[in-house]
Amino acid sequence: MIKLLYFAGLREALGVPAEALALPAGVDTVGTLRAHLAARGGSWQVFATSRSLRAAVNQAMAGMEAPVGSGDEVAFFPPVTGG
Amino acid sequence: MSVSVQKADFDVGAEIAALSAGDDGAGAVASFVGLVRGAGIDAMTLEHYQGMTEKSLAEIVAEACHRWNLRRVRVIHRVGRLLPGERIVFVGVSSSHRRDAFAACEFVMDYLKTRAPFWKKEEGAAGAKWVDARESDDAAASRWEPGGG
Repeated sequence: MIKLLYFAGLREALGVPAEALALPAGVDTVGTLRAHLAARGGSWQVFATSRSLRAAVNQAMAGMEAPVGSGDEVAFFPPVTGG
Repeated sequence: MSVSVQKADFDVGAEIAALSAGDDGAGAVASFVGLVRGAGIDAMTLEHYQGMTEKSLAEIVAEACHRWNLRRVRVIHRVGRLLPGERIVFVGVSSSHRRDAFAACEFVMDYLKTRAPFWKKEEGAAGAKWVDARESDDAAASRWEPGGG
C-alpha cells in the first residue's frame, strides 16, 4: 500500500484529499503511478495531460523516474505559490 | 535556526530583536516581511503540505547556512485565511557582516517561493481562484544556481 495525497487546485479538481492505494503490478515509479491514476478517466486524466503537475515521494520533490514502493507517501500538487 | 508554520500572526519587532539577543558577535540583521496585497482581492487562503513544508523550509535554511556565514536564521510562514494587509511570511537572518545577511535573506525567500509546498487561493468579486506560479519566481530562484540567471 502507498499513501496518496493531493493538494490545492488538484485536490479540488479530483474531489479527494488523500487515499490509500494497493500498488498494481508494473507501477513502480512516479511516472507509472501517474499513468495508472490517469487511466481512471474523468478528472483523473489530468495526470496524463498536465505538464505542470509536481510530485513528492516521502516529502521530497521527485521526478517522473523516482521509484515508488510499498509504504511510501506520494503527493501530487500544482507548482507552489507560497511566500 | 528556527522554522515555524502557523496560523497565528507574529511580532516582527520581537523576532528581529531575538536574532541578535545575547549575541555580541552579530553585526547585522536583515529581514523580510511578505504581506497580502489588497489589489482586487478580499482574502487569501494558504494551504500547505504539513510535514513536507517544515522539512523543505529547514533544508532551505540549512543551504543558506552552508552558503553564507550566518549566526541565526528565523523563518515563519502563516497558513489559513488572511486578509489584505496581513503578514504572510517572515525571514530574518543575523550575521557578522551585512552582505551575508542581505544575500541569505533574499536567497531564503527565493527558494521558499519555488520549493516550499504552499499554495495561495485568492477570494475576489469574481469568486475564488488558485494563484498561478510565476516564471519570474523560478528565474529569481535560478539566479542562485551555478550558471544561473
